[in-house]
Amino acid sequence: MHPAKSIILFTALSGLGFGLMIWLGIVPGDKGTWVAAVFCLMALALSGIGLLSSLFHLGHPERAVKALSQWRSSWLSREGVVAIATMVVFTLYAAIWVLGGTPVALLGWLAAALAAVTVYCTAMIYTQMKTVPRWNSPLTPALFLLFALAGGALLAGKVTISLWLLAALGAVQIVQWMQGDKALGDSGSTMETATGLGNLGTVRLLESPHTGGPNYLLTEMVYKIGRKHAQKLRIIGFALAIGLPVLLGLVFEVKHMLAGIIVLMHLAGLLTLRWLFFAEAEHVVGLYYGKR
Amino acid sequence: MTTLPTATQKKLGLVIDLDTCVGCHACVISCKEWNTGSYGAPLSDQDPYGADPVGTFLNRVHTFEVKAENTPAQVVHFPKSCLHCEDAPCVTVCPTGASYKREEDGIVLVNESDCIGCGLCAWACPYGAREMDQAEGVMKKCTLCVDRIYNENIPIEDQVPSCVRTCPAGARHFGDLADPTSGVFKLVEERGGMDLMPEQGTKPVNKYLPPRPKTDTAPELDVLGPLLAESTDGAGGFFGWLDRTLEKL
Repeated sequence: MHPAKSIILFTALSGLGFGLMIWLGIVPGDKGTWVAAVFCLMALALSGIGLLSSLFHLGHPERAVKALSQWRSSWLSREGVVAIATMVVFTLYAAIWVLGGTPVALLGWLAAALAAVTVYCTAMIYTQMKTVPRWNSPLTPALFLLFALAGGALLAGKVTISLWLLAALGAVQIVQWMQGDKALGDSGSTMETATGLGNLGTVRLLESPHTGGPNYLLTEMVYKIGRKHAQKLRIIGFALAIGLPVLLGLVFEVKHMLAGIIVLMHLAGLLTLRWLFFAEAEHVVGLYYGKR
Repeated sequence: MTTLPTATQKKLGLVIDLDTCVGCHACVISCKEWNTGSYGAPLSDQDPYGADPVGTFLNRVHTFEVKAENTPAQVVHFPKSCLHCEDAPCVTVCPTGASYKREEDGIVLVNESDCIGCGLCAWACPYGAREMDQAEGVMKKCTLCVDRIYNENIPIEDQVPSCVRTCPAGARHFGDLADPTSGVFKLVEERGGMDLMPEQGTKPVNKYLPPRPKTDTAPELDVLGPLLAESTDGAGGFFGWLDRTLEKL
């Protein structure tokens, strides 16, 4: 699938922002007014920027509000509705915390729960795609939720728990790669089922249905550029997002400067791995083009 | 609403005969011609006269080669457009309600003024039946020429989808696949009409008729053999005398 920048930023940044909201909501700690304000603003800014960048993906962003209407059937619509609800509840929680001096636990828990549901809905937008076997697995929401929880814990300064979550994230990421690499093969879809001609023999494409360069379907669904370096990018992304942060966290005492470096490292790794999440995903429509 | 109707009164759709299709692409052109000028945004082209022309099409023809062991390869021209699935995944993913399946006839349509151009429906379709128009930023798809089939202002013979009307080989058939008395229903029964990618669970309304088995390509039938064999049977006159003389030497 085509790894659009807007979608990578949307899923990565909103995930981090909502992840931070979960931790600020559940364990606010005894932060001073200003520290609490900075943390809350960071969570709102990350999720807000993420949600806004998703609008740049649209052909008609001015109609975006219509996307909130179909929550009964559409995961994308649900994501929009719950994201806004989360932002509203968390803003209320943050305002009371910063202006009143003490956080309201009930509101915090509600914001945290909504934030988790938002991340789940984001993941389900991709998980529901039966046409993309690599995504069509419970590992996808597990991956998105662990990224949000681990990244949020890093941002919130919860060092010990973040190391455990990063370890869990690393394990799920590796399993997701192993499963994902054979997902298209296991899906049962082939050029023969796609054309229904399997009983006549082996099918291959003789002429594609277009002239010149690739058509919309190929540029959008059969993105191949990233796959050449996929293994190297996996190692780089894994090291930055998970490996190095865990190593540094275990060896050194994580404070101020180092915490900042670890967070930036994790962010760079997250963006790399999210890019791969899209770039590596194969859509079954490629079978009509003799491609994957 | 982007929830699917539990049942539709009719199942209007196409039956495409892969045995008859000659791969002329006339359906592709007539589809583009009709649908670029009728309702909604035109089907735009980018760089149409340049080196890399691309454009929006609602119907495309692939050409495949099928080869079984010990038999000659077979060429199959394969027109592909929206299959108007009963369980259309493109409809339920739509966040705005722009995509819908009609209860009265089962046609899957896009209300372009509600489409935000998120592209999710194109991702959800296994068949590549939806294309985002690059000029207009809205999703385009086959309407089954809904503006022809119910249009009483045009002659009765034109009240079928443009691709069906134009096909010079008669490879495309239009009708109600829920009606056992319809021509398309009988064609599917007689010829073993099939679904594309049934494992995706989309329950397509459109059916494809498989190519008929080739009877003249059996491996034991050696067409050139008798002509190439070294034989002088039936030689008479000068060549007969020459044959007999040379045989004696």
